[in-house]
Amino acid sequence: MARPILDIRDLSVSFATPRGSVEALRDVSLTVPQDSIVGIVGESGCGKTTLISTVLRLLAYNATVKSGEIVFEGENVLAMSDERLRDLRGRQVAMVFQDPMTALNPVLSIATQMLDIQYREPIPTTEKRRRAIDMLRRVGIPDPEHRLEGYPHHFSGGMRQRISIAMALLMNPALLIADEPTTALDVTLEAQIIRLLRDLKREFKGSILFVSHNLGLIAELCDEVVVMYAGEIVEQGSVRQLFHDARHPYTRLLLECDPARIEKASRHLPTIAGNLPDLAHLPGGCIFAPRCPRVHEPCRREAPQNYAASKGHDVRCFLVRDG
Amino acid sequence: MADAALLVAEGIRVRFRTVGFVRALIQGIRDPFIDAVLDVSFALGPGETFGLVGESGSGKTTLVRSIVGLVDLAAGVVRFDGATIVDRSDSGLRTIRRNVSMMFQDPVASLSPRKTVRALVTEPFHIHDMTDRDLDVEARQLMGMVGLPVQLLANYPHQLSGGQARRVGVARALALRPKLIIADEPTAGLDVSVQGEVLNLMNELQTDLGLSYIIVTHNLPMIRHVSDRLAIMYLGRFVEEGPTAAIFAAPRHPYTLALLGAVPQPDPDKRREEIGLIGEVPSLRNRPSGCEFHTRCLFAQERCRVEGPVLREIEPGRRVSCHFPRM
Ligand SMILES: Nc1ncnc2c1ncn2[C@@H]1O[C@H](COP(=O)(O)OP(=O)(O)O)[C@@H](O)[C@H]1O
Ligand SMILES: Nc1ncnc2c1ncn2[C@@H]1O[C@H](COP(=O)(O)OP(=O)(O)O)[C@@H](O)[C@H]1O
Ligand code: SF4
Ligand SMILES: [Mg+2]
Ligand SMILES: [Mg+2]
Repeated sequence: MARPILDIRDLSVSFATPRGSVEALRDVSLTVPQDSIVGIVGESGCGKTTLISTVLRLLAYNATVKSGEIVFEGENVLAMSDERLRDLRGRQVAMVFQDPMTALNPVLSIATQMLDIQYREPIPTTEKRRRAIDMLRRVGIPDPEHRLEGYPHHFSGGMRQRISIAMALLMNPALLIADEPTTALDVTLEAQIIRLLRDLKREFKGSILFVSHNLGLIAELCDEVVVMYAGEIVEQGSVRQLFHDARHPYTRLLLECDPARIEKASRHLPTIAGNLPDLAHLPGGCIFAPRCPRVHEPCRREAPQNYAASKGHDVRCFLVRDG
Repeated sequence: MADAALLVAEGIRVRFRTVGFVRALIQGIRDPFIDAVLDVSFALGPGETFGLVGESGSGKTTLVRSIVGLVDLAAGVVRFDGATIVDRSDSGLRTIRRNVSMMFQDPVASLSPRKTVRALVTEPFHIHDMTDRDLDVEARQLMGMVGLPVQLLANYPHQLSGGQARRVGVARALALRPKLIIADEPTAGLDVSVQGEVLNLMNELQTDLGLSYIIVTHNLPMIRHVSDRLAIMYLGRFVEEGPTAAIFAAPRHPYTLALLGAVPQPDPDKRREEIGLIGEVPSLRNRPSGCEFHTRCLFAQERCRVEGPVLREIEPGRRVSCHFPRM
């Protein structure tokens, strides 16, 4: 098998807070193969943003990487110099955020920003302009020759997100990381952006790490899926394994709660009883045990490892270990 | 149905001035107004849940705000249980405000972070000069109704979980024992595992108290489960209205069809290759000619560009404004 783009091994990250150490990621391992779309799904607070911030070494000041490694194309990101990191972020890994204004500067024209981002390219300005216009056209900005001179506030939210995707792709990155890129958009625009990512993926050679709490989008876009709960990966596998043969009780409940998966209209909607555990005072045993409908003897005492349900399908639950 | 209605809205129009007088003059803008809501009529029965959906900017919030008199009507009337309002000075407004509560989208964000839960849930009594009653009793009773422990009354919003904060929002809306609660995006920002908790609570209260709801949302899978009837708004107008089940089973307006088709299916075997809706919503300052949806409609014909369709009943209880409704 070809070397993966990104290989995260046993990563644990904590935040120092007045309440104690918040164990935000614990023993997270995942691989993004070349030329693939990997989805990370989980509810708010499960550690999605912390995980990708660690990959880009953009963690908050109170964070500590306690263990693990992040290997990007064979190189350990956690050992990179600041200079090497700038290069990584500026050339090999691109980000698209929920709020496109995170990536766009409100006081600079789109043209300036799209030319600036190509500063490493040894090509004349006219060529950079041409590339920028071409990329805007590909992401569906009408009349790109003229719109290029506009400023971010001249564009709607959906158009800004397209522009931020265009900027990300101008780098021709090996890995595009998108953190909830459509959460602020209407479904109609969301569908267009997802379609856009899928089409662009066919053209560009890189991989996409797509982070979302929306199961529908994950099903629509991703090849591989990682399910996170309270700082741990509880299940991972192919998109079909996850949606048609989910094994972890949390994944199953999450799928059951999605109103889009409930065929018969019902006034009573399922929920997951209980609350998220306090990451500063973790319960012993399985992280999901306090809320799990299938909790049994070893669960509260002992923490489950990853067990293979089938090839490429790993589940952190004793039910899978014990068949 | 209309004679037993709790709420009737007729010909509602809401206009906003979008540019100041001077700028309009300087820039030669002849019409500085937009119609955020145009020609909207509907009736809501007791105990009924009415869903209001449409893309951002389609006028959902403005419409519900106009019903409780928070924005003026440029045309039309709102009747509630015999009381009538046309503008904000009407005496009927008091009746409406007492009987219709607005439930805010995100109570933690929209309510004062410095107020305790007790202050938040009893605030409506202060607003309506009803402080003669025992507010401690009221507060405890409201907490019981929404299934929250009374100990939380001393807490501040930031000390609540997302689900608890929404319950506080429901308690506040219930304070004056309204007949109708208007919930603007009641589940926005909530995880799916918590969303059901809020909706189930609203459903139980409806059964127990005979409440009516208007639920404004962009969450189409959710509204399918919780509403009896549904209206789809586009550029401030209703383009389709009818029983929720019938609309989801067979959308008749091309916009409804496209909107429902845009919802991603949580099943990798149901991936869509084509998407039903292209482009973005036109500006309210520049309403398209003819049918206002023709610029994005996959089924538009020549007639659509010149002649605007009227919202007409095509089956009992089902209204659609399209020259060529889908079958
Ligand atoms: N800088 C920080 N200091 C303390 N706790 C943090 C910090 N950043 C995130 N957390 C906590 O870490 C957990 C994971 O957060 P996050 O990665 O943002 O989750 P997600 O993106 O999945 O919603 C949460 O419990 C959150 O409160
Ligand atoms: N107070 C206001 N002044 C001017 N324009 C407004 C005002 N409130 C809303 N609008 C405009 O009215 C239209 C409808 O907005 P809104 O009712 O908030 O839509 P929705 O709730 O469907 O997203 C939008 O174009 C919005 O910008
Ligand atoms: S290990 Fe036990 S508690 Fe954890 S998810 Fe599996 S059955 Fe539930
Ligand atoms: Mg996040
Ligand atoms: Mg709104």
